[in-house]
Amino acid sequence: MAMKTLIEAISEAMDEEMARDERVFITGEDVGPRGGVFRATMGLIDKYGAGRVVDSPLAELSIIAIGIGAAMAGLRPICEIQFADFIHPAMNQIINEAAKMYYRSDGQWPVPMVIRAPYGGGIGGGLYHSQSLEAIFAHVPGLKIVVPSNPYDAKGLLKSAVRDPNPVMFFETKKGYRLIKGEVPEDGDYTVPIGPVNVLREGDDLTVYAYGIMAYYTWQAAEQVADEDGIECEVVDIRTLLPLDREGILESFKKTGKALIVYEDNLTMGYGAEIAAVLSDDGFEYMDGPIKRLAGPDVPGVPFSHPIQEAFMPNPKKIAAAIRDLAGY
Amino acid sequence: MADLSKDTLLDMYRNMVVIRRLEEKSAELYQQGLIGGFLHLYIGQEATGVGAVWALGEDDHVITAYRDHGIAVSIGIEPKYILAEMMGKTTGVSKGKGGSMHLADKDKHFWGGYAIVGGHLPLATGLALRARYKDENFAVLCLMGDGSTNIGYFHESLNMSAVWDLPVVWMIENNQYGMGTAVDRASGETELVKRAVGYGMKEGPRVDGMDVLAVYDATKEALEYAKKNGPILMESLTYRFVGHSMGDPERYRTKEEVHEYQEGDPIRIFGDKLIGEHKVTQEQLDVFDREARDLINEAVEFATNSPNPEFDDLFVDIYS
Repeated sequence: MAMKTLIEAISEAMDEEMARDERVFITGEDVGPRGGVFRATMGLIDKYGAGRVVDSPLAELSIIAIGIGAAMAGLRPICEIQFADFIHPAMNQIINEAAKMYYRSDGQWPVPMVIRAPYGGGIGGGLYHSQSLEAIFAHVPGLKIVVPSNPYDAKGLLKSAVRDPNPVMFFETKKGYRLIKGEVPEDGDYTVPIGPVNVLREGDDLTVYAYGIMAYYTWQAAEQVADEDGIECEVVDIRTLLPLDREGILESFKKTGKALIVYEDNLTMGYGAEIAAVLSDDGFEYMDGPIKRLAGPDVPGVPFSHPIQEAFMPNPKKIAAAIRDLAGY
Repeated sequence: MADLSKDTLLDMYRNMVVIRRLEEKSAELYQQGLIGGFLHLYIGQEATGVGAVWALGEDDHVITAYRDHGIAVSIGIEPKYILAEMMGKTTGVSKGKGGSMHLADKDKHFWGGYAIVGGHLPLATGLALRARYKDENFAVLCLMGDGSTNIGYFHESLNMSAVWDLPVVWMIENNQYGMGTAVDRASGETELVKRAVGYGMKEGPRVDGMDVLAVYDATKEALEYAKKNGPILMESLTYRFVGHSMGDPERYRTKEEVHEYQEGDPIRIFGDKLIGEHKVTQEQLDVFDREARDLINEAVEFATNSPNPEFDDLFVDIYS
């Protein structure tokens, strides 16, 4: 095992999948010589050539739509959207085409593609470089939505995404790209299955559900409250937002009876509501307290200025406070 | 040829110098961690912004992309309010919510910088619609980078402005790279103004974007044309001397290429012209430079001493 950053793990996954399967190619803005704005594709053009690492014009609609067409024709595109915030011009292609193609063709035209998009705030990106959009897409059956929280999962899940016969949206925490480090096997092919949740930390007092960087922060907060208050949280990393692992989500709740759901996206109509609904529908018998959510506030964007950006973002301190509140119920 | 008084020419020169000094200071503040996020500098492109904005009439409007500091200064926003915004202070033009890429001042008819490439083009069409709707005599100057000419917004916006004869000057600030992708790697037709033909729109000039007076003249003419006839597409051929944003390793171009363009620094070219043709002395230009430095230093002080927004500011201006 070797310590890698989240972005190194993502680069490795693409590199290995391109080596494994010559149908796999990458397209996006400045993915070639520049190596992508976050350097996720650095060096891949030297290894695989400009025919497989394709700089696109500045045109998100086409980056994704070309991916859909190429996938229908038997290729395995990885489409990079530079920031998740830039994805909106391609909404029609994702929702009306990628998600529906297999269904409308009676199962004849699968769309095996990956859409990678860095999401989230905390880096001073301001209103148009900080959004979390997973909940919007998680409302669309036909898509798979993956948000990894650590390098091991990121690599294994991205490899699974490339091999998956469906359109997979892969949201990467840009704040966590170099912040989050973890062990990744040195060699040997491994994948992490799309679907099941992952228990990052076991505990009996309450369950905290999170994904992406919030799962990382939650783990930190859980360690802190264990040390300082003796509260033992179970931390469940959702990892795959669609399709949702209802069983995995319930399993922990059956043990603890208390749930806090943490996400960075705006609170209202967010992903937490769905988790809460699962717990309410199928876990009512086990409920031992209110289901709580800690999320970004309902404001139109993550503002630029540092103090109000931080006011927006959930962080380990806020998560720890929410855990203490719920534990005391 | 521009019929401008010597005083006006000197003011334009001052404007260019203020932009340059502002940008250099911004880079410094960024490196010190006092400006965060993303920062896109206008160094090298000053002649385009100053020439274009100075050509605007009192009733005209302007809108641009995220490389907007130069436009903001040229339209008359004081650097202290720009720097305060970049530093996230409540005295900034959007009280710290927007940052560097979203400067604006409605009273000055400056509808802002936009971080989503090309996203502002249809807004320009909408702004111009008012002129036809209310029979008003103004034009909208819509600046955009060469990168934005390949996104769907461009096609829809230019077409509709042509169909409805809207008074828009579509000006491509062609600095030759959309981030790290050269124009010829992103566009089938690299003479971008030629696209006008496909929309039945007036094909405007490809003006030397390093010559502030050439930009001024061409924009002035284009604005007059737009008000009388409808949209026009023009290009200003320019070059950014610095990376796309801070921290750009610039692997897509050579140092030699950058140096070659720096030889044609638009501020030096204009300064030489003022000395050669308008009896201005180097000493005078040096005074402007010192004044610009002082202005920017005062702006830094103002911004530094301005308050940060607080938690409650998160919830201000969500609904009208």
